[in-house]
Amino acid sequence: MNIAVCVKEVPSATSQRRLDPGTKRLDRSGDSEPNPFDVHALEEAIQIRERGADVGEIVAVCMGPGSAQRVLTKALALGADRAVLVTDAALAGSDIAGTAYVLAAAVGKQDADLVLLGQQAADADCYVMAAAVADHLRRPLVTQVAELRLDGGTVKAKRQAEHGYDLIEAPLPAVISVSDAINTPRLPSIKAIMGAKKKPLETVSAADLELDAARVGGDNARSVVREISPPPAKSEGLRIEDAGGDSAEKVVAFLSEKGLI
Amino acid sequence: MAGLLVYVHHDDGEFSPQGLGLLAKAAGLGGEVTAFVAGSGIDDGWAGSLGGHGAAKVLVADDAALGGLSQPIVDALAPTAAEADAVLFGAGVVSADVAAGLAARLGAGIACETTDIAMADGGVVATRPALDDTVMVESGFSGGPGIVLARANAFPVREGASGTAPVERVPVSVDDWSQRASLTGRETAEGGGVDITEADILVSVGRGMGGPENVQLVEALAKALGGEVAATRAVVDAGWVPYSMQVGQTGKTVSPKLYIACGVSGAIQHKVGMASAGTIIAINKDGNAPIFEFADVGVVGDALAILPKLTELVAARKG
Repeated sequence: MNIAVCVKEVPSATSQRRLDPGTKRLDRSGDSEPNPFDVHALEEAIQIRERGADVGEIVAVCMGPGSAQRVLTKALALGADRAVLVTDAALAGSDIAGTAYVLAAAVGKQDADLVLLGQQAADADCYVMAAAVADHLRRPLVTQVAELRLDGGTVKAKRQAEHGYDLIEAPLPAVISVSDAINTPRLPSIKAIMGAKKKPLETVSAADLELDAARVGGDNARSVVREISPPPAKSEGLRIEDAGGDSAEKVVAFLSEKGLI
Repeated sequence: MAGLLVYVHHDDGEFSPQGLGLLAKAAGLGGEVTAFVAGSGIDDGWAGSLGGHGAAKVLVADDAALGGLSQPIVDALAPTAAEADAVLFGAGVVSADVAAGLAARLGAGIACETTDIAMADGGVVATRPALDDTVMVESGFSGGPGIVLARANAFPVREGASGTAPVERVPVSVDDWSQRASLTGRETAEGGGVDITEADILVSVGRGMGGPENVQLVEALAKALGGEVAATRAVVDAGWVPYSMQVGQTGKTVSPKLYIACGVSGAIQHKVGMASAGTIIAINKDGNAPIFEFADVGVVGDALAILPKLTELVAARKG
């Protein structure tokens, strides 16, 4: 069986994130990294192979600007066998509905029995892409999975919901999103980083995927940002640097002053 | 149907407070509000009670295939949703999956993490905080119904709700492929123990505490303060402490007088469960952790080193 892992390019955790006041879109000019939740999905694909499943290939799929190639190179270093970058000026500014349509079309061409995604993107904090992709592909879905096992052609998943844990089974082919609790991603070795450059990284356009042009891009987005504004003002908290090791005294003084102890 | 359609999720015979709160919000916007309930063996009287929460009408999709997973619910909801001006969803794992599946099915715009909803220029406008709540983003919709997914606890449930609304059953057709996934079991939180929602003081443990062997440091401080221990999703999923201690989107919502977060980063999914605490103290090594944005006192330092001393000082003060 083959596994496709969707990987989003997001601003790196250390970069200063902002919305561009002109385009009202996320400013993507700074450093970027693979969405950390998607790295857990990729790690799970590798572990499925290591646990003994007959995995033919692991393909990383990304939709993004040309710069997203760097993110796919990282995915190849982490263990993907090949990568596909869907990039096209016509796709820029696509909303969630448009992006799900494109990703489903791209993944649909990879002959993948299992499609894995992170449960949310670290930049947008939306938990929606897996369910939208599954609907386009008409495949069973399990989201926010904390434990995943393959038993023949069936995935057995455990996921946290509002009342505890759900145990869910689905036959392949299926779409699964994973929580960051599912595994601890490995760091790529120097050898793997060097080897990544020799693995296939294919670039495809909207035309290659035979997409309906009326469903993609900023002009066709069904969700449109009207305004961006600062959040409501709030009082600044007290900040204590623990440099001198006297922070415990300061906290106790604060609690005492507030009548909390 | 024109107007606002509110999907109200339910579990174990109880409506989700997230859906009920959204009904109350929708009812305050001035248009006609219809609630949508999907399940198997739904009682009309129970469904009609949504009238007390703001629904003018309740549509019920009742079919054996509607057993709790999202994909059959998308099938049941899509024909009605396609005619609505907007479809609103409360926070929740299944609720979010239904919203996302519906957005794909209808090719509709979807706004996530919504904390305010308004009507403007003849349509629904959804506002969310973004980028660790450092900016507010207001979105509208075009070309069909807008789909709005709320942030957890963004909209309070109407107090003392009473009254009923007329109930209408809708035809249900569920595809074979939508039924391939099945819910085979559940592990619910064990009964007994402490109800952390009742505690005046909570000391919570996050991944920054390093490992389960350090939970005792948090327990000791909680004991000295006369409080209880709470936790983030990450440490519950890692098995350090039981699920009944979890605070956040898929855990408990708490509002104690004092909340001391130890090694907690302050991710949105935790924040929505504790942001209404009276006083929040955060101890974290990472000075850039989001929790410092909303803590009343932020201590940048190693909780493993600070907690024993803090416990000792508190115990001495109280003793």
